[in-house]
Amino acid sequence: MTLVRTHDLAGGYRPGTDAITGVSFAAEPGEVIAILGPNGGGKSTLFRALLGELPHRRGTVELAGRPAYVPQTERARLDFPVSALDVALMGAYGRTPFYRRLDRTPGLEALARVGLEAQAGERFGELSGGQRQRVLIARALVQDAQVLLLDEPLSGVDAPSAASIEALFEELRGEGRALLVATHDVRQARAWQRVLCLHGRQIAFGVPGCLTPAVLQATYGGELVVLPDGTSAIAVEHHEH
Amino acid sequence: MLSDPITRRALLEVLILALALGPLGVWVLLHRQAYAAESMSHGLLPGLVLAALAGVPLVLGAAGGALVAAGAIALAARDERVGADLGVAVAVSTLFGAGALLALSPEVPPRLEELLFGDLLGISGADLLAAGGLAVAVGAALAAAHRPLALSAFDREAAPSLGAAPARWESALLVLLGVGTVAAAPGLGSLLLVALIIAPAAAALQLSRRLAPALAIAAGLAALAGVGGLALSYYADLAAGASVAMCAVAAPILARLAT
Repeated sequence: MTLVRTHDLAGGYRPGTDAITGVSFAAEPGEVIAILGPNGGGKSTLFRALLGELPHRRGTVELAGRPAYVPQTERARLDFPVSALDVALMGAYGRTPFYRRLDRTPGLEALARVGLEAQAGERFGELSGGQRQRVLIARALVQDAQVLLLDEPLSGVDAPSAASIEALFEELRGEGRALLVATHDVRQARAWQRVLCLHGRQIAFGVPGCLTPAVLQATYGGELVVLPDGTSAIAVEHHEH
Repeated sequence: MLSDPITRRALLEVLILALALGPLGVWVLLHRQAYAAESMSHGLLPGLVLAALAGVPLVLGAAGGALVAAGAIALAARDERVGADLGVAVAVSTLFGAGALLALSPEVPPRLEELLFGDLLGISGADLLAAGGLAVAVGAALAAAHRPLALSAFDREAAPSLGAAPARWESALLVLLGVGTVAAAPGLGSLLLVALIIAPAAAALQLSRRLAPALAIAAGLAALAGVGGLALSYYADLAAGASVAMCAVAAPILARLAT
């Protein structure tokens, strides 16, 4: 059963101005799909479209249930008075009536899966960037969605967190979930099952072998840097959304 | 102090308001709406003046004034050509100026001071009932909306995927702010009521690392400010509303020193 399928997906934030066009791809159970593209290339817009939050959308989107979304950690408020467990439990808000007490067990289990059970009571804003990212992934696990949309989850995180997150990706793949991961890391993308290249429009979708120099050049344009040894790197300037 | 029925009624009024306005203030601060709180309380002055002119209960004038102020603030904040802060400042200054002009005209009874600073010791039974009803409504709505309010403030980007549309809940919070402002206006006045919303909440957020205790602490500190302010007013013969506001403002200062 295909978990995500789009056909000729297009849309944007204002009528008549498309941020993405012609996006057609499918995600099967057990696949991690790298979403590659420059800043402003349409990665976040694609996520908004899949979440049903894009103001203007055309084309078709088929989803096996509501996806869980994991934003970049710096988008969450660090001064907010919540613990790691409180944040993980937010994943259950959507299915728990307001008058019913939240069951803490799924939150604790999710934190254990991301290796942060011991930090359950710590204030979210006082965790490291990598730990915060793992807490946000734990929140998505509590949502128990078949499809996870992750916005640069490995960007700027410490090595232990990155290793923990990558190991978790493998576990989630084994459970038959599909993960769509926005990333700038081409080398990392080559290790996953599929890549989807965006630059306002869909440049390519397929197995990582499709990441030819021509595809990367079309995807990243001026942000692509060819290194002296013939390999290529992406010169990324992170920006505030 | 408690043998005086006027002070007893004022005490009841301020305790009722504290239980709603303290937690409301925490949400207002977490949603970074302190400016909106101040703007709304100042912007409802024309409504209060018109109620005084017409001889109807001030709470009705406050309701109308808050509605107009909320509409003006919402409209002004959306004008991208001038920017949200400037738009709100212009809208609120205009409303406040219009209220002052109305209040200072010769036809109006000399009640401007009461409208600006409230009349905690002159609270009527009807005012008390109205404040009680509105405060209970605000408290109940805040309790029911706890989760979406938290999601919208904590992680605005992911909130919709977790079941909370931030724009909708921010609007809901502004409505509750309007209701709380209306409830407090007759007792604390257009200028002072914002102190009981913002100051105990600011102290509570300094003292607590978790949301639920912060909400409880804010209610407690607001109540303490009410009791302390009335005691100060009674024994030092100071204006009641101003004394309550001073005690409320002392809370975040003391909390800052203590932490």
